[in-house]
Amino acid sequence: MNYPSVFNLTWLIPLPTALAFFAIILFANPKKRLSSNIAVGAVILAWIMSWAVAIVFFLNPELTEHPFDLSVPWLPMGTITFHMGVAVDAVTAGMLFMVGFVLTMIFIYSTGYMSFPGHLDPEKYPDAAKEGLDPRYSRFFAYISLFATGMLGLVVANNLLMLFIFWEIMGLCSYLLIGFWFDKSYPDPKQITPKQAGLKAFLTTRVGDVLFMMGLIFLFIHAGDLNFQAIFGNQEFLHELSTSTVNLPFFGAVTWAGLISMLIFWGAIGKSAQFPLHVWLPDAMEGPTPVSALIHAATMVSAGVYLIVRMSPLFSAAAHGGSGVMMFVAFIGAFTALFAATIAVAQKDIKKVLAYSTISQLGYMFAALGIGAWVAAIIHLLIHAFFKSLLFMASGSVIHGVEHGHHHVHEHGEHGHEGYFDPQDMFNMGGLLKRMPVTGWTFIIGGASLSAFPLITAGFWSKDEILAHAWADGHMAVYWTLAAGAFLTAFYTFRQIFLTFFGSPRTEAAEHAPESVRAMTWPLVALAFFALFGGFVAVPEDFPVVGGIASDFMAKLMELQGEFYGLHVAPAEFNWTPALISMTLALSGIVVAWLVYGWKPLAAGKPDPLRRWLGPIYVVLENKYYFDEFYHLVAVRPTLWLASFFYLFDRGVIDRIVNWVGAFGRWLAAALRKWIDEFIIDAAVNGAGLVTTWTGAVVRLIQTGQAQNYLLILLLSVVVLLLLIPLK
Amino acid sequence: MDLLRSSVLTLIVFLPAVGSVIVALMPKEKEDLIKKFSIWWSVIPLLLTTWLAIDYAMNFLRGNQMAYQAKFAWIPSIGVNYHVGADGLSVPLLFLTALLTTLGLYYSARVIRKRVKEFFLLFLLLATGMFGVFVSLDLILFYVFWEIGLVPMYFLIGIWGNPKDRPQYAAIKFFLYTLAGSIFMLLAMIGVYLSTGTFDILDAAAKGVWLNAPMFATLSFWAFFIAFAIKVPSFPFHTWLPDAHTAAPTAGSVILAGVLLKLGAYGILRVLLSLFPGQFAQFGWIVALLGVIGIVYGAFVSLAQTDLKRLIAYSSVSHMGYIMLGIGAVGVALGMKNVAGAKESAAMAFNGASLQMFMHGIITGALFFLVGVIYERAHTRDLKVFGGLSAVVPVYYATMMFAGFASLGLPGLAGFWAEFFTFRGAFGIVPALAVIGVIGIVITAAYILYRIIQSLFLGEFDPKRWDHWTTVFGEHADGPTDMALFEKVTLWPLVILMVLLGLWPTPLLAFFNEASVNILSSLHF
Repeated sequence: MNYPSVFNLTWLIPLPTALAFFAIILFANPKKRLSSNIAVGAVILAWIMSWAVAIVFFLNPELTEHPFDLSVPWLPMGTITFHMGVAVDAVTAGMLFMVGFVLTMIFIYSTGYMSFPGHLDPEKYPDAAKEGLDPRYSRFFAYISLFATGMLGLVVANNLLMLFIFWEIMGLCSYLLIGFWFDKSYPDPKQITPKQAGLKAFLTTRVGDVLFMMGLIFLFIHAGDLNFQAIFGNQEFLHELSTSTVNLPFFGAVTWAGLISMLIFWGAIGKSAQFPLHVWLPDAMEGPTPVSALIHAATMVSAGVYLIVRMSPLFSAAAHGGSGVMMFVAFIGAFTALFAATIAVAQKDIKKVLAYSTISQLGYMFAALGIGAWVAAIIHLLIHAFFKSLLFMASGSVIHGVEHGHHHVHEHGEHGHEGYFDPQDMFNMGGLLKRMPVTGWTFIIGGASLSAFPLITAGFWSKDEILAHAWADGHMAVYWTLAAGAFLTAFYTFRQIFLTFFGSPRTEAAEHAPESVRAMTWPLVALAFFALFGGFVAVPEDFPVVGGIASDFMAKLMELQGEFYGLHVAPAEFNWTPALISMTLALSGIVVAWLVYGWKPLAAGKPDPLRRWLGPIYVVLENKYYFDEFYHLVAVRPTLWLASFFYLFDRGVIDRIVNWVGAFGRWLAAALRKWIDEFIIDAAVNGAGLVTTWTGAVVRLIQTGQAQNYLLILLLSVVVLLLLIPLK
Repeated sequence: MDLLRSSVLTLIVFLPAVGSVIVALMPKEKEDLIKKFSIWWSVIPLLLTTWLAIDYAMNFLRGNQMAYQAKFAWIPSIGVNYHVGADGLSVPLLFLTALLTTLGLYYSARVIRKRVKEFFLLFLLLATGMFGVFVSLDLILFYVFWEIGLVPMYFLIGIWGNPKDRPQYAAIKFFLYTLAGSIFMLLAMIGVYLSTGTFDILDAAAKGVWLNAPMFATLSFWAFFIAFAIKVPSFPFHTWLPDAHTAAPTAGSVILAGVLLKLGAYGILRVLLSLFPGQFAQFGWIVALLGVIGIVYGAFVSLAQTDLKRLIAYSSVSHMGYIMLGIGAVGVALGMKNVAGAKESAAMAFNGASLQMFMHGIITGALFFLVGVIYERAHTRDLKVFGGLSAVVPVYYATMMFAGFASLGLPGLAGFWAEFFTFRGAFGIVPALAVIGVIGIVITAAYILYRIIQSLFLGEFDPKRWDHWTTVFGEHADGPTDMALFEKVTLWPLVILMVLLGLWPTPLLAFFNEASVNILSSLHF
């Protein structure tokens, strides 16, 4: 097979940003603009290479039959050698297309966003305040460069171990970036701070990661290799894995394929913030907004979905072997989709709504994977990344605007310090469309796409495909759960849009909010293009009217790839019933939101009308079903308690026994010496020499502190040995 | 070349001792000369071990040959020989020892202010003891070097220890505990001689020890094991470690954690595994069990610490648990010769344990240096008084981040490979134990991030919370100052190693892998 030579670039894709990371932390660090220029330059280079590889692949669909794979020997492991390398198939190409572009947009956006933060005292950082840049601006670009390396490396990895390595590097960057403003604190001690949020994110995902690592290790033990093509090209092995069983305590006999899939899925649950490990993602919004767009919308969280997409042949083999793991994936996905959507309804923080919507949308993807709608999951993964990063960055632009408005009001001295002002609270906004037209309109486009506004948005095509599949394959429970989620999605998204952009400003800060700089608005426009038209690469052919006009080449390409991996990927036949139901639900969600928040805009200081109507339910939703409190009670507190207990045990029991033995030895030594001196001096020469030596050492240690004594004892031991052995 | 090859190990072992004699002859007042001499003198073994590693890799690596052997009679009446040699297992550890010795001397030259002559004298002597253990192929020689290492460390802790941390108590505890263990070892060594008529490790292994007297074999196995387990230290023999570490001066802690603990693990692999494979197969599960308990228990206890140094000391208990788990798994695998894949898993577990020996040496060595960096400035290790240092001392922060994340096993840094190989091996042999060990990974992340990183670096820096800051040279300061040049020179080589070996562990792994495959083959695996 002759591959287009551009594929040889693949292994270079993660490299520029890695070099940028080291260049910034080692050299460029003191020069802020230089640092961001290096990072942006590197990511543009990575983008160009990604698109070159992706587009060449798109133009050669026959490559789906022969995925590109390039390995070099890396680790000697016993008698085998582990190879590391890169691979390109349709999924990789699709991911590269999306990741390269979104990363670049986010990097450019960040050069505008990372200005001097509002919570810092300009007098403490006079230089940074004068430049108007964050005091740790360079550090930010170093971190996101390393992150980009992690994501690009994960996408091109040709084996699960390499994927895991980059997966963890992203986890590190996520930790660093969420806690980027580690010195920030809030007047309310209960409100989570960035440093706590970073820790929570790392530890929660770590739980999933160790399970993932276990799955990886078991797969390695059975397959003897972790290369994707080697494992999935070997139907015999997959079959064997799905028939051989292992007995587990509590679970009984399960197939190896089922166990390994389940363990790997837990890695995805952690990384993609699915129930029950979803708790870290909303708090991760403490990071700077580009980070939310980068990590918590477009790339890292979708890596969990990518992992399951990648491992699907194993999951499907497990399902064939009678394992319920696919059903579990579908259940977790569908449940999370609805569960997170309900929480999003009652949030007041503009970013938290988006965070819960991300969790919910990732749930759609997992549900799709669980019911076997492999292609639909990939398409939704790609399109979601575009519109969700758009929404996050637009919300960042809003926050920036409101913060600036707040400063503006203060500088003009009209008000004193009236206490803490939350620039992310949607109830402090309103009417921003007039003040920030580019941000506003792009946000609306992104929101419409998220709500699956029929026909003209990308989100409609991708989400509709999932629902159509659920209906066609008879997964009615999944279908209705996701449909209910779709209604809520449209509702909370337009609730957000009406609260933020329509009506009249509810605070002076909102009244004076300026539009953001071009470095921030241009990426929004570019992403809005994909949020609207990205869906026209996957319009089902048999969709009335539109199907004939638009293309479905992406869906076709993924189908071919899925077939190559032995998955059942036939597209769902078009059916009016589910299509109409989902359209109706999406539109009615928008209408309801308009009735509540758009028709009569909320006045300043008025509570959310939902609070009155939902009563205690609203409080439960607002508090996220009290999951944080629950985990604190059952996980955090017992861990810390156990730690203290073990430490007390260590000092009070184990060490005390050691000291008792020591005291006893001291007593015995003194007694023995006395006894030996008085009664059997002769015997010391034969045989008891050892004891004497030991006793002497012990006693002298206590009595003196001279080096020569010890050396003497050592010498003595040798002499005694000489005497002792011939006597044998 | 042949002359060099047959004498290089002897040179490496005894050059430091010669150096300490030379230091002894120097006048006490010439502190500067003593320091400079000791540092440069220690560079010679460092260069020799570097050459050794390259030469070994090029000429002897395939088949894990026991190279650079020198053998002559020492105490002929009982067949004790001076017999040294090095293979793929010992060569990297010799390099590690030489590196940490030089860095320790270099660092100490800036921070040791009292009784300078004795300090450098003892430190060099310590190196001889450690090198000696790694090259000995004769049991008595092994024992002598084992004990030689003990004495200087006793004084390093007792004299230069921090008076606030009960150094005398810690030193005696360390000394007596290890000594008590080595008495058992000596008895078992005599037993080996009685059984095989030789003290030579290779000969004894070839002949087999107490083949007809399983009772004696079992007793000897446990006698050796206790000596080694105390040194490692394995749970439940670990309580000397936190005291000794906390009290020891910075360079002492570095050597203690970086090399001395490895002597125990090395002893298990070199002596116990080759002399008592049958007992190892029988009792390997106990070793692995102690390892797993150590991993989890050590991690939890670390999480409860508020003293930075004590925390890292306990983290060593946890990390040594990985070594014990790996070694124990190798033992269990010896009894599973007919099970498919057991040999591969055993080789991986062996690799994991030996990688952990090396990686823990550089990572925890660096962590103890980093404790020294902050302690020399703040004169406290109480984590409660810090916070927000990330913005104030960015270089220190960055260095700690590398070491901390390497320690918690982040892929891309050195510690990951040790963990990965250990678990890959252990899951193939003792999955039920390995599953429990996995809990340790999560708790490790918790104590590194929650206790170390968060307490030291995050939050807002409040100069009012602590007001005893000085510079590293003891001058008054208003707040923490970032790492001085000599601290960077000490730490960055270790950080560079963490990153390089994290991305590309192959050069190191090649040594250990050859060793593991061939040692296992020699046990008829």
